[in-house]
Amino acid sequence: MSAARVGVVTFPGTLDDQDAARAVRLAGAEAVPLWHADHDLKGVDAVFLPGGFSYGDYLRCGAISRFSPLMTELIPAAQAGLPVLGTCNGFQILCEAHLLPGALTRNEGLHYICRDQRIRVESTRTAWTADFADGQEIVLPIKHGEGRYVADAATLVALEGEGRVVFRYAGGNPNGSLNDIAGIANEAGNVVGLMPHPEHAVEDLTGAPSVDGRGFFTSILKRLVNA
Amino acid sequence: MALDSVKRAQETPEERQPYAELGMKDDEYQRVREILGRRPTGSELAIYSVMWSEHCSYKSSKVHLRQFGTKAPESEALLVGMGENAGVVDVGDGWAATFKIESHNHPSYVEPHQGAATGVGGIVRDIMSMGARPVAVMDSLRFGGADQPDTRRVLPGVVEGISHYGNCLGLPNIGGEVVFDPCYIGNPLVNALCVGLLRKDQIKLATAPGPGNKVVLFGARTGADGIGGASVLASATFEDESQAKRPAVQVGDPFMEKLLIECCLELYQADVVVGIQDLGAAGVSCATTELAAKGTGGMRVDLNLVPLRDPSLRPEEILMSESQERMMAVVTPDDIPAFMAICDKWDVPATVIGEVTDSGRLVMTWDGEVIVDIPPGTAADEGPVYERPFHEPAGQAALNADGPERLPRPADLRETLLTLLGSPNLGSKEWVTSQYDRYVRGNTVLAQPADAGMLRISEAMPGAEETTRGIALATDGNGRYARLDPYSGAQLALSEAYRNVAVTGAKPLAVTNCLNFGSPEDPEVMWQFSEAVRGLADACRTLGVPVTGGNVSFYNQTGSTAINPTPVIGVLGVIDDVARRVRSGFPEAGLRVLLLGETREEFGGSEWAHVVHGHLGGLPPQVNLEAERALAAVLAEAAARGLLEGSHDLSDGGLAIALAEACLSRGVGCTVTLPGDDAFTDLFSESAARALVCVRPDAFDAFAELCVRHEVPCSGLGLTGGDALVVEGVLDVPVAELREAHTSALPRVFG
Repeated sequence: MSAARVGVVTFPGTLDDQDAARAVRLAGAEAVPLWHADHDLKGVDAVFLPGGFSYGDYLRCGAISRFSPLMTELIPAAQAGLPVLGTCNGFQILCEAHLLPGALTRNEGLHYICRDQRIRVESTRTAWTADFADGQEIVLPIKHGEGRYVADAATLVALEGEGRVVFRYAGGNPNGSLNDIAGIANEAGNVVGLMPHPEHAVEDLTGAPSVDGRGFFTSILKRLVNA
Repeated sequence: MALDSVKRAQETPEERQPYAELGMKDDEYQRVREILGRRPTGSELAIYSVMWSEHCSYKSSKVHLRQFGTKAPESEALLVGMGENAGVVDVGDGWAATFKIESHNHPSYVEPHQGAATGVGGIVRDIMSMGARPVAVMDSLRFGGADQPDTRRVLPGVVEGISHYGNCLGLPNIGGEVVFDPCYIGNPLVNALCVGLLRKDQIKLATAPGPGNKVVLFGARTGADGIGGASVLASATFEDESQAKRPAVQVGDPFMEKLLIECCLELYQADVVVGIQDLGAAGVSCATTELAAKGTGGMRVDLNLVPLRDPSLRPEEILMSESQERMMAVVTPDDIPAFMAICDKWDVPATVIGEVTDSGRLVMTWDGEVIVDIPPGTAADEGPVYERPFHEPAGQAALNADGPERLPRPADLRETLLTLLGSPNLGSKEWVTSQYDRYVRGNTVLAQPADAGMLRISEAMPGAEETTRGIALATDGNGRYARLDPYSGAQLALSEAYRNVAVTGAKPLAVTNCLNFGSPEDPEVMWQFSEAVRGLADACRTLGVPVTGGNVSFYNQTGSTAINPTPVIGVLGVIDDVARRVRSGFPEAGLRVLLLGETREEFGGSEWAHVVHGHLGGLPPQVNLEAERALAAVLAEAAARGLLEGSHDLSDGGLAIALAEACLSRGVGCTVTLPGDDAFTDLFSESAARALVCVRPDAFDAFAELCVRHEVPCSGLGLTGGDALVVEGVLDVPVAELREAHTSALPRVFG
């Protein structure tokens, strides 16, 4: 059996693409570089939209990236069921692309925050979280200035009611996100966005003092193998 | 106004020129006239004035800095020494590291956010221009007193500027310093360090060889940033005050810089760059003269081709603009298409503005007329050199005589510990460092509050050879020590940075420095400078670590009051197996806690004297370089053999602060007994060449043997464990109480 192929997207200003590719490789999959200017998903089995400041965060975080050639391919593919994970700026892009509802706004404290954050896994029914346990607490780094999740009341009710809040901040809300939301999924559960960084928590030697990020990659690989 | 061409300059030899407004002395201007055999054009005057400025020419410091070369220790590791954009050292397995620290002090006072941000941008481009991928940054920051109102303006802006620019660039910030002292209230010090990695055979240099090769300007368009005084050249007459002064502080765009980084790395990979130089201070003037001077010797540039953000700029202004995010490359004509294609891929504007010649002249044209025609070496390398007079400050002897012996000793050492631990200089810096991304790129092995930052080399550049090695970096400086004795103050800064690298298990290899001083025209400041340089050069020789480059920042003074002399020293080390790195705290209970080194009664310039008594006098701690060397040897070997569970440098605040920090690191307490007969000295003295380590009981004998072999004193203090810091018979503080004092220090002031 050939290894699963996970695409890692690079926009101008993407920063965590090297980390994302490494995390994919460490999990035993092939990391396939995807370039923002190409109309080509290279037949990958899943896509990782990493963090950064794509297009310098000009206008609004993720607002320009969503119009890139690659995104015009990715949006319909995701709507058709392709597993997609967006972290940090990737999450912001998924919201701007309307693959996920709501928006990410300036942190409540107005400062950029980099810290190791406790997160509670609220749903294991997504493509990216099946290997966790419901209610499990994990530690992942956060590092963002605009991570405060907001959505209108009806959207929040729907997200909560449909079990689409995938991650919640535990031990203190770092950015003022509504309902302590750290990450959400679409209805089908194939598209997940979160502010924390699983790719920075996969090795003992580097990154956060946890390897809890591995669960994202083992989850998606099991799913792809069983598909 | 009429274009001031070379032809016009020949025709109007007596025209009055605003050289004094540009900071040139009479004799310097006369020398330019002698070199050219005529008066300079406005553009030439722009070039000479900025290239011969203190900042670019090191005219006051050069005669002293030569010692870094003449006293340099033998080092097989040094690949590129001083004089290039940054030094390069061999870190093994075919890899090289390049690193440098540079000041952006004055801009950061005027406009803290942009000043600090462009400081990061500038040092990152220096590293890029060596052919390296920048892999991390650090910042050594000094502010006025934490409770002084202006500090609340400057510090948040500086931190935000570094945070925004560095985070957008995707470079982990892995360490540095934050220090408060009222002497910096009008002159904050913002010293930015960047480190890059490259393959040993891929070093790039700032040179323009090969007549016919093209000169390419790429990156951001040129605007009116940082022109400052040059606007005087562009006004109708220089008495004309109607023309608005151009802004003196540059504005940064980290997004363009990130594109430039990736673009440059792809250009290097494609091997389409003959020579490269970043545009920093003095912009196009500096890049063209330096490239030409180090190459075949000639260059022709059409300034009309420089892409402008502001089309009204005059040639004099284009030459002096300090617009950020620009680079200049020399490229063979055959490689131009490939070069341009890569720039295009990264959306980086690139323009051929001239070519290399063998004329020995730098010739620039504007609207078809020659406006610059100079031998480039006269601007780049042959600037004025001053032997400034210096003498010991009038009050120095009295300052040294006013020792800390007269200060009353505390009765309650528990309270002293909590006071110091909660003071701005010793309290947690998390308020600052949590605004920096320390994880990006995924190679950060150690970051603040570790004693040194450490990076894995192997995955720094995709496709390059695997290695188990890592690099470690630390910066240190102590203005109070240097004020008391600049010679030993500089040596103590080096000792501390060296020790901070050593405690991680890395072997110190090379040095960079940022020398922050007052006005060189003040003989007392010049004495501090000459003493500090002499001390640093001597210590580098003894420790076997060469200076690879650095930066001098003069004129850090308000009126006639200079800052404390503040040499900031960066040390880079290498660890053979990065998985063997040693962390700074107590990881678990049941480990033996040991103190390495010798403790003397040394409180001159100490944190205790500063915080508790507001006193500065006497002499700083004794320097003992042989002891530093032996200590580093013990730590490196112990780390390589896996004998150490934790290792922490002793410095400001002494053993008491080191113990508290070791407990705070992972919430593991300890119970210790002091080795000496004076608890106050044992706990708070700042003697150098010491470290606190913890070892497994079964590793103790082997470790003790190592200490004996290297003649490093080793005292058993006690054991880790419990949830309090207990010093038998002296103090007992729960870790939670330590944490409260430590973490509230900065939020109390900055919110």
